Amino acid sequence: MKEPRLQAIEGRSGGFYALAALLGALVAAGLWAAWQMEHHGHAITGMTNQIVWGLPHVFAVFLIVTASGALNVASVASVFGRKAYKPLAPLSAVLAIACLVGGLAVLVLDLGRPDRLVVAMTRYNFRSIFAWNIYLYTGFLAIAAVYLWLMLERRMNRYSRVAGTVAFLWRLILTTGTGSIFGFLVARQAYDAAIMAPLFIAMSLAFGTALFLLVLIGAFRATGRPLGDHLLHRLKNLLGVFVAVVLYFTAVQHLTNLYAAEHHGVERYILVEGGAVTALFWVGQVLVGGLVPLGLVYHPTLGRQRGAIALAGLAVLLGGLAQIYVIIIGGQSYPLILFPGMEVSSSFFDGVIHTYRPTGVELLLGLSGLGITGLITLLALRVLAILPAALGDEQAPAPAAGATEAVRA
Amino acid sequence: MAEQAATRRDFLRAGGALAAGVLLAPGVFLLGPAAARPAGEPASSRQRWGLLVDTRRCADGCDACVSACREENGWGGRGRPETDPQWIRKVRVRDPRSGRSFSLPVMCQHCAHPPCVDVCPTGASMRRADGIVLVDRHRCIGCRYCMMACPYKARSLEHEAVEDPRPWAPRGKGTVESCTLCVHRVDAGREPACVEACRRTGNAALVFGDLADPASEIARSVRELGGEALRADLGLDPGVRYLGLNV
Ligand code: SF4
Ligand code: SF4
Repeated sequence: MKEPRLQAIEGRSGGFYALAALLGALVAAGLWAAWQMEHHGHAITGMTNQIVWGLPHVFAVFLIVTASGALNVASVASVFGRKAYKPLAPLSAVLAIACLVGGLAVLVLDLGRPDRLVVAMTRYNFRSIFAWNIYLYTGFLAIAAVYLWLMLERRMNRYSRVAGTVAFLWRLILTTGTGSIFGFLVARQAYDAAIMAPLFIAMSLAFGTALFLLVLIGAFRATGRPLGDHLLHRLKNLLGVFVAVVLYFTAVQHLTNLYAAEHHGVERYILVEGGAVTALFWVGQVLVGGLVPLGLVYHPTLGRQRGAIALAGLAVLLGGLAQIYVIIIGGQSYPLILFPGMEVSSSFFDGVIHTYRPTGVELLLGLSGLGITGLITLLALRVLAILPAALGDEQAPAPAAGATEAVRA
Repeated sequence: MAEQAATRRDFLRAGGALAAGVLLAPGVFLLGPAAARPAGEPASSRQRWGLLVDTRRCADGCDACVSACREENGWGGRGRPETDPQWIRKVRVRDPRSGRSFSLPVMCQHCAHPPCVDVCPTGASMRRADGIVLVDRHRCIGCRYCMMACPYKARSLEHEAVEDPRPWAPRGKGTVESCTLCVHRVDAGREPACVEACRRTGNAALVFGDLADPASEIARSVRELGGEALRADLGLDPGVRYLGLNV
């Protein structure tokens, strides 16, 4: 089998510049929003002393979770020796880096004192899972970058498998770390569960694969490069499996909570009475993020159409945002319980469901994370040779051939 | 590790000071458990400052402790309850089965195992050797992870610019703050503003003192009457205890 040649995109079309301008505008708007927040304080956002983390965190966590899953294609190629995926591995590493940078940027810009980032970098509290995450994230960036270089530099290719394995293990730990940010918050009824870590790993695989599929289809289409169906179909089947696993863990999460009487209140809130949160759970997370993509990718005819596959990817991403919104905002709007079984009231909103009304600035800041991710990816496609010039079915062999290929490799 | 070493060092130094105190001025100890800590002397783990709240004496509708704290530490008062900080609040509790109700002040519980300190990435949240939990305002980056972790909703983010903060209670936009147990007063041998104000109303529902000193009023009361922790199931061993939660 001839390995497909990797080639940078031309990046001279009107479409390229339009997309770059759009993403650039998103980033600029986000920076403006962050500056406003820094200048006026968080009072201009919808965040309060009750809803402590808001939309910026929804976007940031979404991107960070997606980052580790976006590396999945590269891992499959390097770690599990699936040659068919190899030409796509560099793009997968770039996407992972881009998502992580976008997510972290939002997280940092939302700090009450972003100017004190140096403090965060130099004074660690090693008991804080948040502080470990700073290491996990920077380490992930470094490893993914080295891995990318080893893949792109021909002479170094043979080491790329080792780097790929390290990156694979690192990203499992990284997602566990992100999930644990919530798992460690014993005080919050909604988060106090060990299931958070595996749930986050499943989410990362689903979101990352969905984003990868979308970028893949989009990039090949926009550049007019030929893209065969076999690989695409394998990826979309993979996506289907991941989506099903996320649904499964979500079911386990809520069923185990329903089993413990102390969690009944918060479960009733999220599943039945939570208004927007409940709607986002059932319509956003379960329907759009789960059932619709499953129906699309496994449908006998639709599942073979590229547009339907792209739509499934988009649905998974939208559902993913909804899911993280439900986890972060839903988990906070349900009040902390200081006196189990009692009715409470105070001047500080004890015992009441907290409402969250996000304002434009935090939405802009969150969206700018997507902008940063998009811009990095676009520029990388333009300056680095990471996209196969062609990925027809002859380059990406049918499943059976691929399997023998893997065995031989 | 480093933390432990520091504690030990503080402890030794405090021990030395104590020995010197015995030699030079034995009378100092007659002042009782709330004796002033000499300036520059680190907090000592021989003490565990705490509060005992007797909910049976705490009057419904009285918020003398809240106003006193606000006055002393200079927070609140913008009229924006959702974003204004609240270091201490009165919570009204009603048992739907028996109809019994009572009210009590809730503030930072100065946990012995504080989740806010555990999660703080920069170490800005810290627990002094004498049990007082504080935020180092110059180290706090405003990530609010501690607010997510605190089971008592004791902390607030400063959402706006702060006009002339009290010199002893530095506060600022974008950082997190909470009850300091009036550390500036405690270090000067006085009791927290809320305790003083509560006594002035005649209710005297709050007792401040050293839980580690068996002879102190607070330790004696806890020994004799009990003293429950809020959310005791979490096992955080708070320094603020309550009487009459479940009668
Ligand atoms: S009450 Fe909250 S802020 Fe105070 S020490 Fe405990 S966890 Fe920390
Ligand atoms: S907001 Fe400040 S005190 Fe709280 S965890 Fe973050 S850095 Fe620590």
